[in-house]
Amino acid sequence: MTKIGLEIHCQLTKLASKLFCSCKAEYRNLEPNSNICPVCAGLPGSLPLLNKKAVEKAAMISLALGCKIPGKIGFFRKNYFYPDLPKNFQITQYNAYGPTSIGSDGKMEIEGKEIRIRRIQLEEDPGRLVYEGTSEKTMITLVDYNRAGTPLVEIVTEPDFETPKQVRKFLNVLADLVENIGVSDPYLEGAMRVDGNISEGDGNRVEIKNVGSFSDIEKALLFEITRQQSLVERGIEVQAETRHWDEARRITVSSRSKEEEQDYRYLPEADIPIVLIGNESLDKISTQMPESIVARKERYVKKYGMPAQVADVLSSDRFYSDLFDKSHNEKNAKEVSNIITTDLMGFADTREKKLELKITSKHISDLADSILENKLTRNSGKLALQEMVKTGKALTDVISSLDLGHVSDAGSIEKIIDEVFKEEEKAVAEAKQNPDTINYLVGKVMKKTKGKADPATTLDILRKKLSV
Amino acid sequence: MNLGISATEFVSQAKEGALSVEEFVAKTLDRIKKIDEKIHAFITVDSQNALDKAKAIDKKIKSKEKTGICFGMPISLKDNICTAGLKTTCASKMLENFVAPYDATVTSRLKSEDAIILGKVNLDEFAMGSTTEFSYFGPTKNPWNPEYVPGGSSGGSGASVAALECLASLGSDTGGSVRSPASFCSVVGLKPTYGLISRYGLVSYANSIEQIGPVAKTVEDVAFLLNIISGHDVHDNTTVNHGHVDYVKDIKAGVSGKKIGIISQMIGDGIDKEVASATTSAISKLQDLGAECIPVSLDAVNHSVAAYYTIASAEASSNLSRYDNLRYGFDFSTEGYEFKAFISKARSNFGPEVTRRMLLGAFVLSAGYYGKYYLKAQKVRTMIKAQLDEAFKKVDYLISPTMPILPFKVGEKIDDPLKLYLTDINTVTANLSGIPAISVPFSMSSSGLPIGIQLFANSFQEKELLQAAHALQETSKLPEMSL
Repeated sequence: MTKIGLEIHCQLTKLASKLFCSCKAEYRNLEPNSNICPVCAGLPGSLPLLNKKAVEKAAMISLALGCKIPGKIGFFRKNYFYPDLPKNFQITQYNAYGPTSIGSDGKMEIEGKEIRIRRIQLEEDPGRLVYEGTSEKTMITLVDYNRAGTPLVEIVTEPDFETPKQVRKFLNVLADLVENIGVSDPYLEGAMRVDGNISEGDGNRVEIKNVGSFSDIEKALLFEITRQQSLVERGIEVQAETRHWDEARRITVSSRSKEEEQDYRYLPEADIPIVLIGNESLDKISTQMPESIVARKERYVKKYGMPAQVADVLSSDRFYSDLFDKSHNEKNAKEVSNIITTDLMGFADTREKKLELKITSKHISDLADSILENKLTRNSGKLALQEMVKTGKALTDVISSLDLGHVSDAGSIEKIIDEVFKEEEKAVAEAKQNPDTINYLVGKVMKKTKGKADPATTLDILRKKLSV
Repeated sequence: MNLGISATEFVSQAKEGALSVEEFVAKTLDRIKKIDEKIHAFITVDSQNALDKAKAIDKKIKSKEKTGICFGMPISLKDNICTAGLKTTCASKMLENFVAPYDATVTSRLKSEDAIILGKVNLDEFAMGSTTEFSYFGPTKNPWNPEYVPGGSSGGSGASVAALECLASLGSDTGGSVRSPASFCSVVGLKPTYGLISRYGLVSYANSIEQIGPVAKTVEDVAFLLNIISGHDVHDNTTVNHGHVDYVKDIKAGVSGKKIGIISQMIGDGIDKEVASATTSAISKLQDLGAECIPVSLDAVNHSVAAYYTIASAEASSNLSRYDNLRYGFDFSTEGYEFKAFISKARSNFGPEVTRRMLLGAFVLSAGYYGKYYLKAQKVRTMIKAQLDEAFKKVDYLISPTMPILPFKVGEKIDDPLKLYLTDINTVTANLSGIPAISVPFSMSSSGLPIGIQLFANSFQEKELLQAAHALQETSKLPEMSL
């Protein structure tokens, strides 16, 4: 059996400043080493000042993942030498001497499978190394400390995943979650980074690092499973090691001794006093939290009778669920959810496309009402939606310009039925014998009215005329 | 012009226009030029800037402009306290050319009160040592007898004040580093409560126990400096918002009716006879002033030196990791080195004592030893604090000699780190527990070497501590500096 665990680093990109100083948390697209100060550059005599908002955001993630939050949290120094670390230690959290990290013992359900969250810790991101040069001989390493000190949350799962597909799904849900609670924009470059560890049966654990995207982690894990299984088949023991994902060659490569068992000599960070998190402040944080995806799903099912699958799809997408919450009223909720999940999400399934949408909650609400009031068929509704998405025009304008108005008065429908009867004598005769074929005639009427005739009225009149 | 006046006297004379700040500063600079080659208290002297400032302050005083309460008082800073535009070397090759782009909070508070920073004074490299012999720039000598050590690590602070090269100084006290030189140089030195003074801009050695502390000729001067440099600082999360206290006001309140505990563990074995008799004499003088003195036993003190060196070394090994010469440091190109090789090469430039403590610290923190050493040391710390809390339920102050021995000769103990470490036995307790302690000059040995007495009070009781220290200082008349 395959066992996979994850370590996810998620930057708190929605914060204005770094974890321990007032430099900007958004370091992207800046001149190298321009977003630094004595604190994040680790100059002698500087002291870290804890960004309390970062603690709140990390607590939100912990709450959203059902973690326990201790009454006191503390910070530790993880000591190791590396050029991207200005102090040659990283300020992070550590639980070996009692739980002091912001979250522990949480869980998240993915397709009926429970993934346990071991711990969540708040820490600083190191700087970035940039390599220049064409060959090993001419290669130089440049250091950019703009990123150093960016607030980061590390989420560590238990090895509860059995397939790379579950991992992918989990990561998508997690990305939705951090976006939903407003702590991070997971789609920014480098905002969410994943390391995996994987083992087959009782075999050794292999760590996979340096994976750039969610789709690559799936590929890297798949590759690694195949590699480990073929070793096992040949009776070769899997080495406990760290392997890097080689994006170009699409394989994992042993990173040799570089990441050998390091002794990080953890030490309590005395410059940052213990932070007390009382029930009161937890309550306050909870009230600031948007409704969780799970709670929202439950609300959709219970309050509006949405099918679980529809509720699932809708609640996990912050953009569309917000749109739903703004568009619907008690009467049209189900129709609104149908419009969003079956039509709108099909038009715009990517982030870029969502941003281009010209649709507002009023469009959706009007559309649902028109359908419910029989002013528009669902078919016409889809056409109207397509137009509104592109142009942003009001529903009434779209209906008249595309001539989508509903034909529901019996007189007009009867006239059209008469026309159809003339053209389809054979079918009429057949329908009289076998009423099951009546739908063919309904279809003909719809075709003539471009889908605008009310299907129920049409069927009624047809039945009368055919006396079936 | 008498350079031997106290800072308080200087301020009151300068305020009235009774002395020229420029003249005082110029005379002080002359004295530094003349005698500092014998003492070697200073690493950097900022003469021109000091004279310019003095002139400007004289002008302000004359024209009755608003002037800061130091009125041009010349002061020296230990060279591990950052000063924008002026080197902060920590007496190390690693920071030989380091100029901080910012002022420490204490520096900017002094500047804004019109203190004149004459220069930066010597210390054991990164404040690790008890004698100021471990400086990359060479040792500081005791002004009372230059063959003897001035104590440490703030030896430059103690010596510069004692030698009348400045009116006051700021040192830092991690395990006694302000009080040891105060005792050996016959000046006053205070280790304040942890969290009373901002450490922003103090280059960290052992950040959970160290504090910046004032050094001056009189207790009143120390109180005056404390008024300026203490208090909550937004740049240091460990400072405590304790409200405003005027440490000078009521400093003459005396000790009548107070209870003083004599720490048994600090006057027993290994203590110099003359130090012991000075302590007895100090106790009887305090009793004469109306204090009641009773013996107090703090047996956790027996483990304090071991706990101190474990904790301080552990923190040092982490705090000093950043000195890899990549971003600042001495002239040494990275070219041609692989990262690890570069790091080892660069970091081999630390001196022997710093290297010793970094290795010791890395060891006690390493996997498998953390519980055996570091955690145990933290337990001792908790024990000491608990025993002190108990003691302070019964007494207002505690008393001991500051140093168990008299100043010794330069070079005498430098090859025996353990012997040196044991001289910290009376001072480290205040650091491990966070409580304030002060060394008051009390007498001179038969050989003419200073003896200081140490008083402790409970956390944030500096006002009361200074009152007792003032009373004690008033009981003795000590010789003037003849150098």
